Amino acid sequence: MYLTDEQQAVLNGSKGETMAKVMKTLVMYGETFGADKLVPVTSDYNHLVTSFGLKMMKPVFDLMQQLIDAGAISSQKFSVDPRPLDKNVPANFLQKLIFNKFMYSTQESYEQQLKELGLMNEDAFTCACYLDQVGNKPKKGDILSWAESSAVVYANSVLGARCNRNSGIMDIMGSIAGCVPHFGLLTDEGRKATWIVKVECAKKPEAQLLGSAIGMKVMEDVPYITGIEKWLGTELSDETCAYLKDFGAATASNGAVGLYHIENLTPEAKELGTGLIAPDAKVYVIDDEELARVQREYPVMWKKPDGAPKLCFIGCPHMSMQQLKDWTVRVEEGLKAAGNKKVLVPTVFTTAPAVKKEFEKTEFAQRLKDTGVILSYICPLMYMNNPLCKSMNVITSSNKLRTYTTSRYYTEAQILEIITKGGQQK
Amino acid sequence: MMEFKGRIVAPGTITAEAVVSHGGFNTLASLQGALQFGDKKATCGDQNNPDLHGKELAGKALCLPMTIGSTTGGLVLYCACAMGRQPGCMLFSNPIDSLAAAGSILASVWLEGVQMPVIDSLGEDFLSYVKDGMSVTVKEDGTVVVEG
Repeated sequence: MYLTDEQQAVLNGSKGETMAKVMKTLVMYGETFGADKLVPVTSDYNHLVTSFGLKMMKPVFDLMQQLIDAGAISSQKFSVDPRPLDKNVPANFLQKLIFNKFMYSTQESYEQQLKELGLMNEDAFTCACYLDQVGNKPKKGDILSWAESSAVVYANSVLGARCNRNSGIMDIMGSIAGCVPHFGLLTDEGRKATWIVKVECAKKPEAQLLGSAIGMKVMEDVPYITGIEKWLGTELSDETCAYLKDFGAATASNGAVGLYHIENLTPEAKELGTGLIAPDAKVYVIDDEELARVQREYPVMWKKPDGAPKLCFIGCPHMSMQQLKDWTVRVEEGLKAAGNKKVLVPTVFTTAPAVKKEFEKTEFAQRLKDTGVILSYICPLMYMNNPLCKSMNVITSSNKLRTYTTSRYYTEAQILEIITKGGQQK
Repeated sequence: MMEFKGRIVAPGTITAEAVVSHGGFNTLASLQGALQFGDKKATCGDQNNPDLHGKELAGKALCLPMTIGSTTGGLVLYCACAMGRQPGCMLFSNPIDSLAAAGSILASVWLEGVQMPVIDSLGEDFLSYVKDGMSVTVKEDGTVVVEG
């Protein structure tokens, strides 16, 4: 791999041993993937995936401290994934004890490290950092050193930025060095689609279910998706962006998709059309039956599969302002139709702290509160990341949350029915 | 006995018992529970992986096509290495993915004395041939010998 004189000097120790290790990490990373050079990171801000002071991650905190002590700090400020705890989210005594004393006992000290490393601000804890209210929205063509699979796939696909599916820690290494290896999704060739996905559903497919089906089929490949513009339109409206946010998160967590193209909609597909499709691309046809099959085959991990739901999470990835407003109306209407005043299952909507603040200035905030729904900035995945949740029947419309926890996935319509009318869908 | 030749991503030699995943290995879903709650045998917690769910991974020859899922994957693998709960080696039938590569590289640059040979591009035949419980030897030149 070609290195500039300056990069070579850093690798040789001109800026100290720690910076040499940072550069060595990036060079090894690039060489593993046949990168030809290191290219400058051009986004205004970085985004890190590691937001949680999990006790078991001491090796990561030790590494971060090594960077701080050596003054190896990036010139970029960054946002970071959501906090794992929020006292407003229901938890029993035992859960609170486990969360605070055993699991996230290093949260405070880790947040101090994040401040020293360049956290954008106190509200910069969200997986959906690209939402307008948060302010970390890259431009088309920007080179990023981000991690967080759902943010990477959104930045690549919807915003047209360029970022590999970097791992946590690798994200901060690229930002500190100011450069990342040029391979994979940073190259024109790496952005070509090796799958054509033909959506032949009779009705608009559920974003998180369609994303799951595609992710499990194409794994790390790039899909070019046709047949959904009739529902999504050809412009990136707020509603469409929210759909793509949820869809992408499912492709990235149920598989390993870092970029997708949607015909006539996403920026590169609009520019280059079918020229984005690589020769010999494989074909995957999705219809309603295929989506039903995918949903049927999700394993049920509840200890008591026929038990009643005890908690519902909506918002993994974090909800947008428009989604919060739409869901407020849907819950209100669902309750009214069922003759109920409050949701029948404790329900938590999760969003970015900056979105939450803005939402709370609107009339919808009180209306949502009146339905009994709790609004939080928490990461539901981190909340559920403990053995007690196995015996707690959690439902969700997030296929990402389903993948990493014992929560049970339902479509949005099914979830709405369960929380407003009661009962459990089979 | 069969021999397979791959590319060395992280050097080293080892003989270990195979555990085989035919689907993508979700590092976060597989290891988070084990690392967090003191399971030194690193029992796989990924409910979506019928090949590995409930099986011990620490010290084993983990045979897989690739890793998938959350981009915390690399740091989870890095933590497993720092805590001595990593697989004995990782043997990929496909070219390695960015998350597994990151975990392996971070461990090699930032941790001392960690041994986890990583070989990729072993081919689909490798994953078809190797079965749970077989003895797998990784040689210095990236040759993988499967017996059993």
